[in-house]
Amino acid sequence: MKTSLDRLTERAAAEGLLDVAYANVDSPFGQLLLAATPRGLVRVNLPNYDPEETLEELAAKVSPRVLEAPAKFERARRELDLYFEGKLTEFDLPIDWQLTHGFRGKVQRAIKRIPYGQTRTYTEMARSAGNERAVRAAGTACGSNPIPIVVPCHRVLRSGGGLGGYGGGLPMKEELLRLEGVL
Amino acid sequence: MTALPPFQSILDEHAAVVMGVLRGAVGRADAEDCFQETFLAALRAYPKLDNADNLRGWLLTIAHRKAIDHHRANGRRPLAVAQVPETGIEDPDPADNGIWTAVDALPPKQRAAVALRYGSDLPHAEIAAALGCSPEAARRSLHEGIKRLRKELA
Repeated sequence: MKTSLDRLTERAAAEGLLDVAYANVDSPFGQLLLAATPRGLVRVNLPNYDPEETLEELAAKVSPRVLEAPAKFERARRELDLYFEGKLTEFDLPIDWQLTHGFRGKVQRAIKRIPYGQTRTYTEMARSAGNERAVRAAGTACGSNPIPIVVPCHRVLRSGGGLGGYGGGLPMKEELLRLEGVL
Repeated sequence: MTALPPFQSILDEHAAVVMGVLRGAVGRADAEDCFQETFLAALRAYPKLDNADNLRGWLLTIAHRKAIDHHRANGRRPLAVAQVPETGIEDPDPADNGIWTAVDALPPKQRAAVALRYGSDLPHAEIAAALGCSPEAARRSLHEGIKRLRKELA
């Protein structure tokens, strides 16, 4: 049965019917779920969130043509492995931003540009998205980042030096910052 | 209206039943091709599906059409909608004490109905979808088949 399903996934992709591909990928923090459209990575689900719910959300918001296709994620998997080993400082993966809009989208695109091993404050993110006073909204934008790790919202901290929050839990944020040599 | 679930979950849940029905309809060797055609057609139509209430029945209806296409393409006589091919339904793991041999000997429609009901565990509506007949006709075939089996095995 397995090869039969593999062939189906390949044919679906070839005929433009694979709107959302996904794969489970191991990480030091537990299993990540990666999802991509033909345009690029659209969603990363951190281990503390239910992957089934995320797939249902993708079916509703992007397309119900959601299929498991690990072969589509070889590069992403390799880059993530290297990143977690401290050997990769910049992801070179196409991104599909369709799950983010407006001010949040601007903040998240700005987060993508924060270099490895550096941090920014929520205030700075609000400013680089064009509205310095929207600090709270910038915080929300970090919290609703659909593509964590690759869009490194863990590099955004509170102005006083506090860690702020993290969707994957504060220990994971600390661990990522330690990996990047910030802490 | 139920939201459409991710297509992969439908595949996980119903692929085995669809494959079983197709093996019965076109034989083991050709079931794989029909399986691919069935799920590609399903995937194509899926986003426009009105509701997700009877996904298995929907898939079996598509599978039935693909089986007919297959028989036509192979130059056999076109099947009437309510007919099933002469090849036997193969149950994956028959708990055999002569029963399945007797099932094999049934007329095609009765055999298919019995195999789908007790081999693949499908309800009447889905047997109907797989055979391309009305639920009433499916029920009748099943009933006739069981009656005949009782007589044979008595």
